[in-house]
Amino acid sequence: MNWKTFLALLGRDAHVARRNLVPSLMQTFLQPLMFVFIFGRVMVSSGYMPPQYKSLLLPGIMAISMVFTGVWAVAMPLIGEFQFTREIEDRLLAPIEISWLAIEKVFFGTFQALIAGLAVIPAGWLLLRPGVGLNLRSPLSFACVTVLVALFSACGGLALGCSMSQNHIGLMFSMVLTPMIFFGCTYYPWSALAHFPILQRVVLVNPLVYASEGLRGTLVPQFPHLPVLAVFVALAVFDAAFLGIGLRQFHRKAVS
Amino acid sequence: MAARFGMLFGIFPGVRTSGYGDFGMLAGIRTRDLRKIYTSPPPSAAGGGFGFGVAPGKGKKQPKPQIVALDGLSLEISPGEIFGLLGPNGAGKSTTVGILTTRVRPTGGQAWIGEHDVWAEQVVVKRLIGVVQQRPNLDFSLTAREILIFHGAYFGIDSEERAKRAETLLDRFKLRDRADQMVRGFSGGMMQRLSIARAMMHDPQVLFLDEPSAGLDPQTRLLLWEIIREYNRRGKTILLTTHNMEEADALCQRLAIIDHGRNIALGTPRELKASVPGGYLLRLRFGQHSPELLQRLQTLAGVREVRTHYDTSNGANSDTSSDNSADVYADRGGSLVSEIANLASSASVELCDVHISEPSLENLFLHHTGRSLRE
Repeated sequence: MNWKTFLALLGRDAHVARRNLVPSLMQTFLQPLMFVFIFGRVMVSSGYMPPQYKSLLLPGIMAISMVFTGVWAVAMPLIGEFQFTREIEDRLLAPIEISWLAIEKVFFGTFQALIAGLAVIPAGWLLLRPGVGLNLRSPLSFACVTVLVALFSACGGLALGCSMSQNHIGLMFSMVLTPMIFFGCTYYPWSALAHFPILQRVVLVNPLVYASEGLRGTLVPQFPHLPVLAVFVALAVFDAAFLGIGLRQFHRKAVS
Repeated sequence: MAARFGMLFGIFPGVRTSGYGDFGMLAGIRTRDLRKIYTSPPPSAAGGGFGFGVAPGKGKKQPKPQIVALDGLSLEISPGEIFGLLGPNGAGKSTTVGILTTRVRPTGGQAWIGEHDVWAEQVVVKRLIGVVQQRPNLDFSLTAREILIFHGAYFGIDSEERAKRAETLLDRFKLRDRADQMVRGFSGGMMQRLSIARAMMHDPQVLFLDEPSAGLDPQTRLLLWEIIREYNRRGKTILLTTHNMEEADALCQRLAIIDHGRNIALGTPRELKASVPGGYLLRLRFGQHSPELLQRLQTLAGVREVRTHYDTSNGANSDTSSDNSADVYADRGGSLVSEIANLASSASVELCDVHISEPSLENLFLHHTGRSLRE
């Protein structure tokens, strides 16, 4: 491990991210905030949704923003750079083990997902107020869940980005991310699926369920949620699994 | 470190430094019995077309196509040498470079840069080498200057020094005007120049150039040759691949001619050319096939060898025009033509076409493989 090289790789990604700041902000926040506005404000003030829905919705939106940001930040550049033009080649030739290049991508993606997640809270609060009942009982648990979710999104991005080719990007969104979001307990708590017992069990394979439920359990614990400990364990397992798959796929792509 | 930084400026004539970088020694290149079999299509970076040698699949259930790219290649390249790998497309040149630069995992055999095993000591090796790939693989998210500066940063060069080096290289490669533009809009030649500048940014001991002058105009090619020679004068080892004989002849101190992943000839350009019987090649085409005439050609003074395409195709050649062709290897060129014409007319065979090649690597390649480099 070579810190100077690692930091230079991070510096390069930060430089490129800064250059694309406005489009990435739009991409990350526009959709979730519109959702917050329509469902949290329009539907609630017109009486179609109960006022508590505002508080229930916010953690789910936070989970979506984080997962989208992390996956996008890691997967999209990788898909592009491993293509025909092999833009990543100069970094593969940097004096550092190539796994560290993948880890650097995960590190940077995690950081971006954290920023996105933490920015949703004040932005959502501003859009929804008054009546958002955030109830942060254990800041430490909240911090742990947030980091685990961010890490999961970046590791997922690594695994997806190294397993897909450019012409499958559309498929990645329609077949992977969209079902994940709708069956990820983002807009409703897991307990709301009680009337669909099979579905309620099936969705437990979806890591986003643990992300939304974990954030719900630490930000708005007044609503029903999965036990926070179970969320920790599940997210840690998903993080490790996606990192493992991602690193293996990265090596496959990088070395022929 | 100071000695290492000072070295970059040694690419200019008259400026010499005595240091040899962090690793304090010159590094050569060695490979032993390298083999590479691709079981999936080779990536674009590791070389283009492979139109040969499909080995039988291993498993019965899923016979994967196996492409033999390297078939026991052994090379020994001395420190400070400009060495050329010459061969047609698909000969295994880019795969060799890929293995030597940690980008391709060898199926068998070993490779060393200096004393370091390439596969086992990748990080050390990556510090010693600079690589210019066949296709420009620049970081499209950055400007030309940023590409050089970030490359320097990956190698731990401090910010002031890397800015200075970037300036020098941008000047040297005539890229200053476009230094602060995104490289996406660059022409092929500009991308190629920037790739070479980038590879020199960390002042590597060994420079790999895979088809360096492909896509360059003649003027830029000469500039590149000059830069390569200067770099080599400082004791750097340079391995370049090419299928351009002129380039190999002009630049390389020694050459390996490879075909089908094997080394088929090795030596200085002069030695190699001398190894072709006679040196001159006369490619003849007659109006009709006449074995008798071909036999009589052998008897002309100075003729060393007569080859017919008919011989090499096991008599199954249906292309009548190549039936009537002959390659005559001889130690003289033009002066033979009148004698050949006389022989032909006395045998009532029309001499349709004559092409005389002076001693060249092309003749050598043709002599060893029966194929032209350009085919």
